[in-house]
Amino acid sequence: MDDALPTSLPVPNADTAPFWAGCGQGELRVQRCRTCGHAQFPPRAFCARCQASAPSWEAASRRGRVVSHTRVHRAPSPAFKAEIPYVVALVDLEEGPRMMVRLHGEAAAASEIGTQVEIRFEAPAGPHGIAMPYAVLASSGS
Amino acid sequence: MVTGAADTAVGELPGSSCMGLHAEAASLALADAGLQASDIDGVLCAYSFTEPHLMLSSVFCEYFGVQPSYSAAIQAGGASGCIMMMQAAALVEAGMCRNVLVVAGDNRLSGLTRDKAVAALAEVGHPQFERPFGVTIPALYALVAQAYMREYGTTSEHLAAMAVASRTQAVRNPKAHMQKPIAVADVLASRFIAEPLRLLDCCLISDGGAALVVSAPDVARDSRTRRVTILGTGQKNTHEHLISAPSLVDFGCRDSAAQAFGRAGVTPADIDVAEIYDSFTITLLVELESIGFFQKGEAGPAALAGALDLGGRLPCNTHGGLMSYAHSGAAGGLFHVIEAVRQLRREAEARQVPEAALAFVHGDGGILSAHCSLVLGRD
Repeated sequence: MDDALPTSLPVPNADTAPFWAGCGQGELRVQRCRTCGHAQFPPRAFCARCQASAPSWEAASRRGRVVSHTRVHRAPSPAFKAEIPYVVALVDLEEGPRMMVRLHGEAAAASEIGTQVEIRFEAPAGPHGIAMPYAVLASSGS
Repeated sequence: MVTGAADTAVGELPGSSCMGLHAEAASLALADAGLQASDIDGVLCAYSFTEPHLMLSSVFCEYFGVQPSYSAAIQAGGASGCIMMMQAAALVEAGMCRNVLVVAGDNRLSGLTRDKAVAALAEVGHPQFERPFGVTIPALYALVAQAYMREYGTTSEHLAAMAVASRTQAVRNPKAHMQKPIAVADVLASRFIAEPLRLLDCCLISDGGAALVVSAPDVARDSRTRRVTILGTGQKNTHEHLISAPSLVDFGCRDSAAQAFGRAGVTPADIDVAEIYDSFTITLLVELESIGFFQKGEAGPAALAGALDLGGRLPCNTHGGLMSYAHSGAAGGLFHVIEAVRQLRREAEARQVPEAALAFVHGDGGILSAHCSLVLGRD
């Protein structure tokens, strides 16, 4: 625990750098196993289904469905206090993997399981230029 | 064979230290077992927030002044207590140890600010793919609650019934951190922490220590009324981070408990008293319905009708649990084990389940990630 850290932004590592680089370019990247075809997130050096190494990267559709959500009223640390309350959701991407994001706009105001959403990105911030993903209601007809 | 079981005072204990609580609990458990520190040849510790160390078991052994032939620290969050007991039983059964001391404690209430305790706990979240979104442990369990309520029709009143049941039990326990009776309406009127979970849906942050001694059968005391046997143990880990959980409504507690029941040769219906990890109301409800004590969607209505109270279908968390007795880190899970031992020895006084002969204990760590179950019997 380091109270001096003013930011809560992720610090990429060898497993995750391609994902965060993708976010910076407006691309949501998931991994796909070259052996069994399993799509996975979070990124890692091995396939969590068949343990084959070096999964490939692909751009995901950025479309998904809310499978759970919560409006957070108690912040985990001072870095988040100014933002409460905010809505955190679990989203199942069309490609299969599940990820956590904040819901913004109407998706947050009336958060509901089953809502179709699309992933967008904040402006890059912090020393690593992290563009945090978030979700809004899926644009109709897309 | 469990020969010793004891805990320190719990609640806010100014002037306490993590290792001091460990040592006090260890001394009490040894006295309870009628053993000396020199009889201990195995030591299992867990983890600490206020005095974290890479080698907590070595730190404790040095502090307490013992040099066991086996020692290790086990870190599995809320499952640690049950896993320590499972490991102690295995060490004794394998003939590697004759008396294993299982000990945990932390002064996380007086030794940390509430903000620091919340922040330390939040580190359980994935560092890149959960924590940056601002989730606390309550928020992660709230995500489970929301999905579970949608799937099985569980309501906020059903969740509140878990907190009320715990408090009803705690009121009978003069040691409990929380003594003031509460009703469903009080839970529903408490402030939101992470929707749908409110303040009274959450466990406490307490100071306290707990210890047990697991011994070879020939060491165990003669007095048959005090003998408690570990009849079955089970464990299951399905994930660590919630984003990687295989399901939001079906968790490893089912397999962990089935393994423990199978090894003990009993079924959930045989259990007289259950001490089940209750970090949040949703934790307890999910576990009651996954382990086989209640059908899906049944535990809430049953608890509202008193099923978890003394005289009910399944007296549960008779000491008051993590929500009303105390939660002191890994010691929190050991409080459940100690209460099961007290029930089986018929030492639980005003909260005694009459004729208790079989007890079930369950611990879960992470976000319903790591599970460990014990079936204990009065010998």
